[in-house]
Amino acid sequence: MKILVPVKRAVDYNVKVRVKPDNSGVDLNNVKMAINPFCEIAIEEAIRLKEKGVATEVVVVSIGDKACQEQIRTGLALGADRGIHIETEAGVVIDSLQVAKLLQKVVEAEKPDLVILGKQAIDSDNNQTGQMLAALTGMPQGTFASAVVVADGFVDVTREIDGGLQTVKLQLPAVVTTDLRLNEPRYASLPNIMKAKRKPIDLKPVADFGVDMTSKVTVIKVEAPAQRVGGVKVADVAELVHKLKNEAKVIA
Amino acid sequence: MSVLVYAEHDNESLKIETNKLVHAALGVSSDIVVLVAGSGCATIAEAAAKISGVCKVILADSAVYEHQLPENIADLIVEVAADYSHVFAAATTTGKNFMPRVAALLDVAQISDIIKVESEDTFVRPIYAGNAIATVQSTEIKKIVTVRAASFDAAANEGSASVELLNTVKTSEKSSYVSAELTVSARPELTAADVIISGGRGMQNGENFVLLNGIADKLGAAIGASRAAVDAGFVPNDMQVGQTGKIVAPQLYIAVGISGAIQHLAGMKDSKVIVAINKDEEAPIFSVADYGLVGDLFDVLPQLEAAL
Repeated sequence: MKILVPVKRAVDYNVKVRVKPDNSGVDLNNVKMAINPFCEIAIEEAIRLKEKGVATEVVVVSIGDKACQEQIRTGLALGADRGIHIETEAGVVIDSLQVAKLLQKVVEAEKPDLVILGKQAIDSDNNQTGQMLAALTGMPQGTFASAVVVADGFVDVTREIDGGLQTVKLQLPAVVTTDLRLNEPRYASLPNIMKAKRKPIDLKPVADFGVDMTSKVTVIKVEAPAQRVGGVKVADVAELVHKLKNEAKVIA
Repeated sequence: MSVLVYAEHDNESLKIETNKLVHAALGVSSDIVVLVAGSGCATIAEAAAKISGVCKVILADSAVYEHQLPENIADLIVEVAADYSHVFAAATTTGKNFMPRVAALLDVAQISDIIKVESEDTFVRPIYAGNAIATVQSTEIKKIVTVRAASFDAAANEGSASVELLNTVKTSEKSSYVSAELTVSARPELTAADVIISGGRGMQNGENFVLLNGIADKLGAAIGASRAAVDAGFVPNDMQVGQTGKIVAPQLYIAVGISGAIQHLAGMKDSKVIVAINKDEEAPIFSVADYGLVGDLFDVLPQLEAAL
């Protein structure tokens, strides 16, 4: 069984981003970049399925400029077998729909039995790509997964939903998107990092895919959120209750 | 302009998110139609018909829609959406599941998790976990939009629209429902509650969350938790408030033993009034709290329960 894991290069989750003074976006100059945390969980899940003998090959794909090869290498160091880099010009912003269309072409060529993606990227926070890819390829989907069990041509996906957990059974090939509690990703060992340098990455220019890359969504401005200012410290419970009743008027 | 609003419900009752979606949709057009898809949902359709501003309710009532499987729901919406310029659904785990499918099948981009409607084609949404707020404009022929319900007021229930039955049944062989483990609680849901009391790592263990029960009972509050408390195994993930959990904006939010990591603040900073109870007076939660009480929660909580 082959598993395809699309990954995104995103700002490191520890970085507190700042909005540019001209409100054109956030300032990513000299900011630490990393593999999107949900994508890292997706790689880990694919590797675990391979270690269990369920999967035979794990392919990592990323879309972006040259820099995103770093994240493909990270995936290879964690245990993926090979990489595909769909190369775009530096600084080009791509919508989720276009990403899904490019991945659709990869799915058509690679014919994976399972595609595992992060549920969302922590930069654009869209939470769209996996579902869109499922729709375009006609695959069933199991989003926000906290457990994935593959058996007999099906995958049972336990999903984190607002009211608790839901389990669905999907016929393979299928798309799964990861939630935080699915697993805890491992760290790549130094020998594996060295080994990953010799694993192949297939470079494909985005133009070869014949996907219309013009976006119909324009960012007009990006602003810093309104800051909340702290209020007062109260001395004790009596003062707190008094203020909530008489000043804030939020309790009766 | 006309907006198709997808009703949020659990086959038992209509959720307040639906009223908030209608309120958001009024920013686009006064021609609003609500689609109710589910199983045994006649009373839910009637409830949706009472929401002020709704012109018509379409009810697709079939067992295939009972569990909101995205393969079925997306195909249904794609068919119904032909008559509308906009489709709005809540940015809940239900709406987030099927809406990108709808967008892809219609070959249009989706705008996710909006917190404000500027005009019929321009919306405001948080990015980078709420550390930046983007205003985006879509020139797509159809706008597929998910809405952060907590950012909108709820439309009133003073309407009387008609309910129209739709017998379209869309079902996929590739996906089926197996089971659900839903948290059963007599308390209000986090996303609908006027008052929320949340515990963090300072609660020390899951058993100590009972200290919040009495206060929650007296205030009619929902009980939430920080990611630290969930990760430590104190309480289940569906109680999590924050960037990776539920986004809430109640009238009163009481944070108990929560330090105030940015990821938690992203989920509750739009609350009207925030109270923080923490023994560490340097905790970042105090910088966003309207009222801070420095003290040991094990002393403070029983006192608070007695004082209410």
